[in-house]
Amino acid sequence: MAKFFNSSIGKKLMMALMGLFLAVFLVVHLSINLLVLKNDGGESYQKAVEFMTSNVLIKIMEVFLFGSFALHIIYGIILQIQNWLARPVRYVKTNHSQTSFFSKYMIHTGLIIFIFLIIHFMNFYFVKLGWVAIPEGATHRHDFYNMVINLFKNPFYSWLYIIFMVLMGFHLHHAIQSAFQTMGWNHPIYTPIVKFIGVAYAILIPLGFAFIPFYVLYFF
Amino acid sequence: MDFTLKIWRQENAKAKGRFETYHVTNISPDCSFLEMLDQLNEQLIQQKQMPICFDHDCREGICGMCSLYINGRPHGNDTGVTTCQLHMRRFKDGETIWIEPWRAKAFPVIRDLVVDRSAFDKIIQAGGYISVSTGGVPDANAIPIPKEKAELAMDAAQCIGCGACVAACKNASAMLFVAAKVSHLALLPQGQVEAKRRVKAMVAKMDELGFGNCTNTGACEAECPKEIKITNIARMNREFYKASLT
Repeated sequence: MAKFFNSSIGKKLMMALMGLFLAVFLVVHLSINLLVLKNDGGESYQKAVEFMTSNVLIKIMEVFLFGSFALHIIYGIILQIQNWLARPVRYVKTNHSQTSFFSKYMIHTGLIIFIFLIIHFMNFYFVKLGWVAIPEGATHRHDFYNMVINLFKNPFYSWLYIIFMVLMGFHLHHAIQSAFQTMGWNHPIYTPIVKFIGVAYAILIPLGFAFIPFYVLYFF
Repeated sequence: MDFTLKIWRQENAKAKGRFETYHVTNISPDCSFLEMLDQLNEQLIQQKQMPICFDHDCREGICGMCSLYINGRPHGNDTGVTTCQLHMRRFKDGETIWIEPWRAKAFPVIRDLVVDRSAFDKIIQAGGYISVSTGGVPDANAIPIPKEKAELAMDAAQCIGCGACVAACKNASAMLFVAAKVSHLALLPQGQVEAKRRVKAMVAKMDELGFGNCTNTGACEAECPKEIKITNIARMNREFYKASLT
């Protein structure tokens, strides 16, 4: 078993499985975020936040989630370093081979998502844990609604957030179909469907996330 | 046709290499890329200079010996061909052509444009075969194989082991080569007995030799002179999981 997880294909399978789990998490996260837009002063959103912060099952899933993030990042870095070492002397002429464009920049877009994640934690998760002081305008540590609105009222923050979402879309564009290929799920009928769903996911999920700051900024 | 050539020259594996500029004139558009290099070498020999070393053998696209990374693409600017099948009419008259050796840690340069591809042999030696007792030639139809399977196995078996997949891959990964060899045997009844041992041994050898990891970028598939598909990589992954986890 240890041999399997040390092999290149084993490590890639871990990347794929963790990545897909994170992709599912994004759907849950987005569906809660969209409640911000409901015109009820944040009541339903706060309810959802309360559920997510108190439910035992969610707490357990949270451990899996952080584990997945950590493994996805650690394996990603190990694989990337091995890949760089596999070609010590670079080509002078840049590669003109036909490739899927976004697949070449997974480590870069991944790093950007990681930077975003740190900012995101500073703004929300660490506030909840009490590691970061409660920002102005929020009444208590779980008052995510006011934290969100206050942050998104800032055009600089909102547009930075939107740019981060576009870059996350680049990462996701390659992610889904690549994960299926790594799992060995390549089929003449189903692979085109997987690719289509992968691209649709990579467009719709970041679009959903990016719509919230846009809406708060200009229509709230 | 006239060309300016920027060619990688390197005395031996240890020496520091450099690009040298050469000019060739009066090249027929119907001449192959290797024939163009032959003409350049004739010129160099006449000038009492060291000719350029490059790999070649059959010159009909089946041996897998010719390599060359031409203007940023393995085997040059054409699809489904080896360098010996690449014609000068594919280039513009007066064009500058950059010629580099395959670049990968597992393929060290021996001299000029020649690289050591014995890493591929080592992967094959690890398990890319079926063990049979030698004897009389078996009857062709003794083992029935469904047509579809035979076709897929033949598609995979087309791999000539040239290393273009490694050269094209941004990670210098040998996955397409290994996948072609694993698929070829995994699809046939003769390959079943050793299937599990084979895929594990070949993947372990590939990792050990310092090839990179696959990121499903698809450059290998785009540059393979035999147009081997990355569906073979998915098949190898399945075979590997089956062998490792069951």
